[in-house]
Amino acid sequence: MAKKPAAKPASRAKKAAKPALSAPSDDTDFILHSLQEEFEKKKRFAASDEQMLEFYKQMLLIRRFEEKAGQLYGLGLIGGFCHLYIGQEAVAIGLQSALDGDRDSVITGYRDHGHMLAYGIDPKVIMAELTGREAGISKGKGGSMHMFSTEHKFYGGHGIVGAQVALGGGLALAHQYNEDGGLCLAYFGDGAANQGQVYETFNMAALWNLPIVFVVEDNQYAMGTASSRSSAETRFHRRGTAFRIPGMEVNGMDVLEVRAAAEVAFKHVREGKGPVLMECNTYRYRGHSMSDPAKYRTREEVQEQREQHDPIERLKKALMEGGHDEADLKTIDKDIRKVVTEAADFSESSPEPNPNELYTDVLVGEY
Amino acid sequence: MAIELKMPALSPTMEEGTLARWLKVEGDTIEPGDIIAEIETDKATMEFEAIDDGVLSKILVAEGTENVAVGTVIAHMEGEGAEEGPTPAPTPAPAAAPASKPTPMPTASAPAPVVRANDPAIPEGTSFTPTTVREALRDGMAEEMRADPRVFVMGEEVAEYEGAYKVTQGLLDEFGPKRVIDTPITEYGFAGIGSGAAMGGLRPIVEFMTFNFAMQAIDHVINSAAKTNYMSGGQMRCPIVFRGPNGAASRVGAQHSQNYGPWYASVPGLIVIAPFDASDAKGLMKAAIRSEDPVVFLENELVYGRTFDVPDLDDHILPIGKARIMREGKDATIVSYSIGVGLALEAAETLAAEGIDAEVIDLRTLRPLDKEAVLKSLAKTNRLVIAEEGWPTCSIASEITSICMEEGFDDLDAPVTRVCNEDVPLPYADNLEKLALIDAPRIVEAVKKVCYV
Repeated sequence: MAKKPAAKPASRAKKAAKPALSAPSDDTDFILHSLQEEFEKKKRFAASDEQMLEFYKQMLLIRRFEEKAGQLYGLGLIGGFCHLYIGQEAVAIGLQSALDGDRDSVITGYRDHGHMLAYGIDPKVIMAELTGREAGISKGKGGSMHMFSTEHKFYGGHGIVGAQVALGGGLALAHQYNEDGGLCLAYFGDGAANQGQVYETFNMAALWNLPIVFVVEDNQYAMGTASSRSSAETRFHRRGTAFRIPGMEVNGMDVLEVRAAAEVAFKHVREGKGPVLMECNTYRYRGHSMSDPAKYRTREEVQEQREQHDPIERLKKALMEGGHDEADLKTIDKDIRKVVTEAADFSESSPEPNPNELYTDVLVGEY
Repeated sequence: MAIELKMPALSPTMEEGTLARWLKVEGDTIEPGDIIAEIETDKATMEFEAIDDGVLSKILVAEGTENVAVGTVIAHMEGEGAEEGPTPAPTPAPAAAPASKPTPMPTASAPAPVVRANDPAIPEGTSFTPTTVREALRDGMAEEMRADPRVFVMGEEVAEYEGAYKVTQGLLDEFGPKRVIDTPITEYGFAGIGSGAAMGGLRPIVEFMTFNFAMQAIDHVINSAAKTNYMSGGQMRCPIVFRGPNGAASRVGAQHSQNYGPWYASVPGLIVIAPFDASDAKGLMKAAIRSEDPVVFLENELVYGRTFDVPDLDDHILPIGKARIMREGKDATIVSYSIGVGLALEAAETLAAEGIDAEVIDLRTLRPLDKEAVLKSLAKTNRLVIAEEGWPTCSIASEITSICMEEGFDDLDAPVTRVCNEDVPLPYADNLEKLALIDAPRIVEAVKKVCYV
């Protein structure tokens, strides 16, 4: 066990900028489950009361925001594709609450509203993007699937399934190149997990020791296809094995478990030990997009998830056990509903983009 | 009977090489598999292996001799044993073509009528250095890498191998493995990683070994790189250069021979550059790297080894989106880009001998297209031919034709005419390939047609 990865000193992070100093294939003792063992030691994050309340508020904001977005879609105020994050809130909050906001970057696919809200970005500019208004965060030119906040190092918002994984590899390369100590958190779904470029990226990320955490948000359905019908290996954390990327299997319906897993994964990456593949098992209550009647699963299945595994209810219970009364939590909900209503009003009343905007931002330079 | 050892062709496009070193001397016994000599091409040093046994009887070309044409007899060998069959071909067997395959270098022989209306003026007294396009591209990259630490190169074989076509020669030595990164064979993946690195603030130059392989990566070029700035309302940029050889090479078959200029030029959000000569290759490469926008930089393998004068300036940078008048003329305009420009200039020389004074325009940038330059020339000559090494359907030629119809109709004295490759996948056979590709005679014919002679 001379070269067991966990035994490597932190100083290796400095060397990470030079790829191939020691090739991953030199490590004969690679252990897929090394991080899982570490995670199992302390599976739930010991959150303070204040932190728990904050997680609760953030998850509830996503829930209420998405419910409102669904309504606006029904009213015809939101067009095109709109993928809701309801049910998956614990994943974004658990992971992103553990980031170092000054240096870490995040990238995801098209189900991106929750990840933006997790940053505390004003719900108004997100909702206004959904309605395609000038005040939207992409000036109304991106829509639901294409939102970005470079200020927060949030790099979108990508519509081609799996493309964000390779782009995330590039963001990680930039962290390594600039030696800024940051890492990239790259989310993708169980559907994207079958795209070839995901594995091309795994290979290079491991080969070059890139600071990246790959997160499979396994919501069990790739659009309408159950993962067991599309994937030979549905335990997605195992899929890094061929590239010597350690895997972690996490209950994505428990924000404290996700947060605990994030701590283990981020520590590993920050110590210069290369990428991590985390599988967060979660569930989306709504269809793949607004136009999906979700006939590929039973009402009972959805009901069971809502009643037994809901991440917000779980945390609510914990808060009440910790001494918060129902009335307090109701007040929080009321305040959040107000914020969301204001965002919706703003998104409806904001003007559409000026027609001149059609021709702006095609190129940066003038030629 | 002596066996003739001939200068071998070591790559599809090699026409001559340097006989770097003899590893055998006269009188040595040679067995099949022995390395007889080292041959240096502009891309690499290769070993010349014996395929027969015998005795090296006479060395005809001394070591150190440069520009030895493929097919030149470099030594004689006396065969051992009974069999003294026909002359063996050296490995790998070259075409039995005569050694003197002329390489047209029209600009080198032209009486310098080159007009650069849009380019920064080259100060009087500036010296020029004959430079290959290959070196010019490398010099452009190296200068920008020296100036900006964010610039790095990645791709297959770019570092330790120094480039499959030797365009990145010397970069690893100067800049080290952090900035000159060998990737696995994984185009989709590294095009995505490059694009992501650009979004994250770096200035990647992604080399595709050829643009044929970039089809595996075209999603990132278009969906990730080209659209990000627009989709983000100008918030997120992707300043990246995708570069590599494009178009037909020499007898490499249909999957390795395609011009992607029209494909990329149809995409808003991209800059597409396809230079011809070394000066433009360098000046536009520097501009591409400095651009805040994603650039597709289309090179041409057959032009890499050609030599042109490059001005000795500290910062030879040229404007993107501006065509260049390569040869002034008054009777007809020939519009072209990339390798087609050389053919157009050759055609213009032939036409001049027949009393037709053709103007040759090198578009240089395919997007944004310098339509003013095209229309201005059309207004002068009233006749226009487009020469494009690529398929005719939905081509740059189609686009230029459309522009002339919509905005230059009143200036036309003859139909705008396209000279493009035949509308077939590129065949392998030497004769069929020649039939499929554009050449100077076809351009001459088209110009005569629009001049009604």
